[in-house]
Amino acid sequence: MKNFSIAKRQIEDISVLDISGELDAHTASQLENSLKNLIDEQSYRIIVNCSRLEYIASAGLGVFMAYIEDVRSLGGDIKLTNMTDRVYNVFDLLGFPTLYDILDDEKEAVNGF
Amino acid sequence: MATTDNIHTLSVDASTEHLSEVRDFVATHARTVGLSDKDISEIRLAVDEAYTNIIKHAYKNTPSRPVRIELGFTNSQLWISIMDEGEGFKPEDYKAPNISKRIKNKQRGGMGVFLIQKLMDQVQYNQKGPYNEIRMVKNL
Repeated sequence: MKNFSIAKRQIEDISVLDISGELDAHTASQLENSLKNLIDEQSYRIIVNCSRLEYIASAGLGVFMAYIEDVRSLGGDIKLTNMTDRVYNVFDLLGFPTLYDILDDEKEAVNGF
Repeated sequence: MATTDNIHTLSVDASTEHLSEVRDFVATHARTVGLSDKDISEIRLAVDEAYTNIIKHAYKNTPSRPVRIELGFTNSQLWISIMDEGEGFKPEDYKAPNISKRIKNKQRGGMGVFLIQKLMDQVQYNQKGPYNEIRMVKNL
């Protein structure tokens, strides 16, 4: 059974993905499909709310790496919010905070678009 | 180094389906020696990255290939050894990833080895007959 899930919601023209559970090489394809679908739907303003994300491995970070350039070149962004310290630490080890908009709170991300 | 009296072993096929089982196996045993939550989460991630690399690189996503994980303790260390029979990893050929460049090129991957080195106190790659071994140590 996959211990990872994604729920999608909308705040005006911003798509929010609430991701829960453990994001690893097994579950990363679910996130990848969700991001691909948003791009196909021309939804380029994306927030990934990580408040219920318990774990991330580099395969999960790889998904963000693969799509951020496309989304930004189309005038949007993928903003990441509400990470636990443990999850943030993995992004930090790899230097992501200088490359991605990682925010404490979803509202900041909404206002940042 | 003091001898280890308890070695725990898990044998699994090389499949991402087993990732959470492998992480839980090492976390359960790491907890018994009183490691902090931070240390345990670092060990879980390092083992996840090593096992994922075996699936993707040593076995190139071929299912049903064997992986053996051993874990033990000394007075001062927790050690984890992960063995496979696939293509060996050459640490001398490895370069730390330039994340910014990879994002520009829409590349992913290459981060696991870097993370393992950051998360563990010692990392060794050994060749033992037909087996490749990655041996990782966390100081207690």
